[in-house]
Amino acid sequence: MTYTADEMMAVEAARRLDDDTVCFVGIGLPSLAANLARRTHAPGCVLVYESGTIGSKPDELPLSIGDGELAETADAVVTVPEMFSYWLQGGRIDVGFLGAAQIDRHGNLNSTVIGDYDHPTVRLPGGGGAPEIALGVREVFVMLRQSPRAFVDELDFTTSLGDRVRVVVTDLGVLEPRDGELTLTQVHPGVKPEQAREATGWDLRLADDIRETEPPSGEELHALRSLRTKGDS
Amino acid sequence: MALVSLSDAVRDIVRDGDTVALEGFTHLIPHAAGHELIRQGRRGLTLVRMTPDIVYDQMIGMGCARKLVFSWGGNPGVGSLHRLRDAVEHGWPEPLELEEHSHAGMAAAYAAGAANLPFGVLRGYCGGDLPARTRVATVTCPFTGEELAAVPAHRPDVGIVHAQRADRHGNVQLWGILGVQKETVLASRRSIVTVEEVVDELAPVPGAIVLPAWTVGAVCVAPGGAHPSYAHGYYDRDNDFYLAWDGISRDRDAFRAWMDEHVLAAVPA
Repeated sequence: MTYTADEMMAVEAARRLDDDTVCFVGIGLPSLAANLARRTHAPGCVLVYESGTIGSKPDELPLSIGDGELAETADAVVTVPEMFSYWLQGGRIDVGFLGAAQIDRHGNLNSTVIGDYDHPTVRLPGGGGAPEIALGVREVFVMLRQSPRAFVDELDFTTSLGDRVRVVVTDLGVLEPRDGELTLTQVHPGVKPEQAREATGWDLRLADDIRETEPPSGEELHALRSLRTKGDS
Repeated sequence: MALVSLSDAVRDIVRDGDTVALEGFTHLIPHAAGHELIRQGRRGLTLVRMTPDIVYDQMIGMGCARKLVFSWGGNPGVGSLHRLRDAVEHGWPEPLELEEHSHAGMAAAYAAGAANLPFGVLRGYCGGDLPARTRVATVTCPFTGEELAAVPAHRPDVGIVHAQRADRHGNVQLWGILGVQKETVLASRRSIVTVEEVVDELAPVPGAIVLPAWTVGAVCVAPGGAHPSYAHGYYDRDNDFYLAWDGISRDRDAFRAWMDEHVLAAVPA
């Protein structure tokens, strides 16, 4: 079965989520991966969306973090102040799944601006929940397509800290912290480590024991493709 | 509290230069009220909102705002807000001052405002570049010595939210994703609540909250008043419109033409 680089990325990220993990899910790729995990090997994975829905089990992928189906299928719906104080700050979330516009070798993320803060080239949406998620969960997983524009030597703005980043899943492979620096530990099938280095804006370290990602199984691809985003036609 | 028309409520309650919070976390976003503010030509507003999305993109693009206090400004699941970006990157139609927070900080600031406290406290704003760009300070816990972040309470002049329904006395009932709706009304000096309908009796709904009539400044009937956001139990989120907004808002002239046709020429609720 053929598959795209984005599909490989979603499948590999989903595999990293264990059953019964309580996972704070951002919209887009993280939501896709978390819902795939719930549909495959981790049916007990608890999906928490920052709109206040805890244990959401959507049939279709939501477009926003507050679509009605997330509330209808949730175990509990709480207010936003309660979500950030009792649940995130309360230490009840295992994994935070984040995206960003830029990442550096320490896993620090930028989702605020490209260019100077006062005179930005591109004003991005901003941190949202990320600054406190990055320090309030046990482990942070990052999903980001690998390119020199995104994997940079120096961030234009540090929105959230990389202290708890445990894994970065890209469309080319997987980076994990080794000796305090994100290191290439895995490449997806058909990708050479040198390609990942070329797609990185710093001198990317390669692990001695780089392994090749297991390609998506038929079951994984079927589950992924059956997850359609609302509004898609 | 009084049941009044939305145009009367905005005329009487919102003044130029006010600090105004239109809240609704994806759900129950008060679009009809935002449009009425645009039609009445309010200027120089400090707009407060956790997630400025289409309604603030429209208000900023129409020149209502002087400053934005926020934590995430995008079109959820779609991308950028082009009018917000144009204001920040090019000062069009006028420059926009930013006061930027995290979601946790905004939520704590609203909760502190509702509780009549001067600041909210949280474990947050640690490291990174955001603390140097916003209003945050450090307080030391008198019991443990832990250093915590303090954010000044939100006390908007006017809080505006949308809800499912009210009764004839003006008691307001809402359910589904509740965001910071209650905190916004209780933290604000004056308030406007738009509702889908007025009913004789507020039948209980699982997870619903009630804002008693005496906590609300004005209640206005505005059916469909959250569209393209949604009202749980009444209509769904119009995801197609969120996707379409990306194209409508990208160009200044196309944006103005759309606003002229769909907002300025529309009949007020």
